Amino acid sequence: MGVLTFKGGVHPFEGKELSKDKPVQEYLPHGEMVYLLSQHIGAPASPIVKKGDRVLAGQKIAEAGGFVSAPIHSSVSGTVKKIEPRVTAQGGKCDAIIVENDGQYEEVSYEPVTDLNALTKKEILERIKEGGVVGMGGAGFPTHVKLSPKEPEKIEYVLVNGAECEPYLTSDYRRMLDDGEKVVKGLEIMLKLFDHARGCICIEDNKPECIARMKELTQKMSRIEVKELKTKYPQGGERTLIYAVTGREINSSMLPADVGCVVDNVDTVTAIYEAVMLGRPVMDRIVTVTGDGIENPGNFLVRTGTNVRELIEAAGGLKGDTQKVISGGPMMGFALYQLDVPCAKTSSSVLCLQEDPVAKTEETACINCGRCVSVCPGHVLPSRLATFAMHGDMDSFQKFDGMECCECGCCSYICPAKRPLTQSIKSMRKMVLAMRKKK
Amino acid sequence: MNEKFHVSSNPHVRDKMTTSRIMQMVVLALLPASIFGIYNFGLRALLVILISVAASVGSEFVYEYFMHKKITVKDFSAVVTGLLLALNMPPQIPLWMPALGSIFAIIVVKQLFGGLGQNFMNPALAGRCFLLISFTGPMTNFATTGKNIVDTVSGATPLAALKAGEAVDVSSMFLGNIKGTIGETSVIALLIGAVFLLAMKVIDLRVPLTYIGSFSIFILLYKLVGSHTLDWQFLLAHLCGGGLMLGAWFMATDYVTTPITKKGQLVYGCVLGILTAIFRLFGGSAEGVSYAIIFSNLLVPLIERVTLPTAFGKGGKKK
Repeated sequence: MGVLTFKGGVHPFEGKELSKDKPVQEYLPHGEMVYLLSQHIGAPASPIVKKGDRVLAGQKIAEAGGFVSAPIHSSVSGTVKKIEPRVTAQGGKCDAIIVENDGQYEEVSYEPVTDLNALTKKEILERIKEGGVVGMGGAGFPTHVKLSPKEPEKIEYVLVNGAECEPYLTSDYRRMLDDGEKVVKGLEIMLKLFDHARGCICIEDNKPECIARMKELTQKMSRIEVKELKTKYPQGGERTLIYAVTGREINSSMLPADVGCVVDNVDTVTAIYEAVMLGRPVMDRIVTVTGDGIENPGNFLVRTGTNVRELIEAAGGLKGDTQKVISGGPMMGFALYQLDVPCAKTSSSVLCLQEDPVAKTEETACINCGRCVSVCPGHVLPSRLATFAMHGDMDSFQKFDGMECCECGCCSYICPAKRPLTQSIKSMRKMVLAMRKKK
Repeated sequence: MNEKFHVSSNPHVRDKMTTSRIMQMVVLALLPASIFGIYNFGLRALLVILISVAASVGSEFVYEYFMHKKITVKDFSAVVTGLLLALNMPPQIPLWMPALGSIFAIIVVKQLFGGLGQNFMNPALAGRCFLLISFTGPMTNFATTGKNIVDTVSGATPLAALKAGEAVDVSSMFLGNIKGTIGETSVIALLIGAVFLLAMKVIDLRVPLTYIGSFSIFILLYKLVGSHTLDWQFLLAHLCGGGLMLGAWFMATDYVTTPITKKGQLVYGCVLGILTAIFRLFGGSAEGVSYAIIFSNLLVPLIERVTLPTAFGKGGKKK
């Protein structure tokens, strides 16, 4: 079997050496905890606690606000202080439940299941939903919705996304090495839902240890195989991953289920295992705190709602001249303007850079070199789309398939003229989406 | 702890390649041909190169300065234009001509249309064609005193000799000790530069290979129809002669005037090859590369229009 890949993509500096061999340490927060009501795509969750209530770790504090939504659980024991809008890592504001942590970490008792076969498909989905499981790779799509396609018998592939193509990130790497059994069991649960599906654990070939570990664990399982992917960004993008493994293409308006696929990140699959078998909801995740701007880069098991500032201090704090702090990876992450933001279910990393490469670049004229076209995994013309975006030409933007952009950032990364292509295209896409919503 | 952070949209990392670095690499890649030209034709060739580059950079600076635009001479694009123009001139050219050609290329073809990235045809070639039409005599006078040169027929370049039906020495055409413009004579020196650009990923093979390939096929077919033989000698002489190698590797690959679409680049290469062959075989002059390239430059918007790529997953059905 050769190494699977897609057309386009870039090879940014990987930086994974900084944290990949650092064992995961559990971090116990001390200050107030902030539980955002929107840690997922879809309707925000609605609070079911009020000021003054005592809550326990693992207790549901907000329930799903609709079908495409997910409940939120407290990750510490303590008292609900208030419910008010807080700044998120994305820079906006979102309602949040603030819990004063009492430091006891008293947990509710869960209802574990010993025999997976005793559960019906409906019960499995219900447990995933109640566990507040969402896509933890970054998108935050509610997992129970993803796992309930219209025709579940037509799903042929369940893909576990362990590509981790974003530079610097090592949380999935640690998860696969340290918790491989949970990942495999999570996948087995997913396969229970889809009778005709094969399970594929997809890993980039810069993680041979993970490939070996996963192969070892799944050796005797006829329905599960490990797929080796070429190390290239954005190999772990949903569309590129499906293409690399199955050769099937989906466009921006389609779902993976339309081509018989379901894709979930390794952390999500672990969460599925915990929610279904242990009855334990999503209340922590592995976060990589890394970059040349942090004193002691490492991987932390972080409770959701933990303040990023606290987490940075736990990793030894920032070096004095750190210019940029990013939530997520360097290609698709969000630059933070302040450190007092909570970790959400989707926060995979806090990346601290001493030097901001973007600030050093100087934008010059486009020389039509076509590098953006070569690297675009969406096979569109980024330079042209960016020009339409700058001219506010919505019609041409849509005609030239601007809406097919996945905002991966490859075009801006590669551009020798240092034009902010992704940024222009992203803002135009937002405008088009807003306009379509209005209609 | 410093609490003021940089904020920008993703991505937060950038590739090291910049426009000026690309241009510097093109200049480097042209050095073997330039040095060979100076060795072949003497110091006068160096003088032509220096004047052309200086006029090119100087006119860009002066124009931008007086138009209150950002001074962009440090991006090296004007150096590339000046150097390419010089390499396309005979060594004995009156020295004011390269200067005039450079000024025309930079001011009229590049700056008046909006500067770097906006010119609709290759400035160096437009400059050359402007001089060729205006001062045909000096621009086509290849009589030279250079002592290294193998003299085929007095005053004529090998390609002109070929057109007149005379025999030419392909091996000296490959090495370059023949008559011609400063930079076009040595195929080997040009190929060294081309390999460098390919290795540094500044250019790819699409345009040069389709260009040379379609040109070769046309030439072979022409001979096949005319004399019922596959005349490889004739083809080799055409490949090594004139400005084909310089044009195919260094001027047809100019980003600004090449289609941005991958399919379009293949179409563009084929158009170039066929036009060059037609101009050379049926035209009044033995040369055809310059005109073929600037003519094809004009077709680029049309070619792009019909070769748009298909977006990933386009046409897929939502269930």
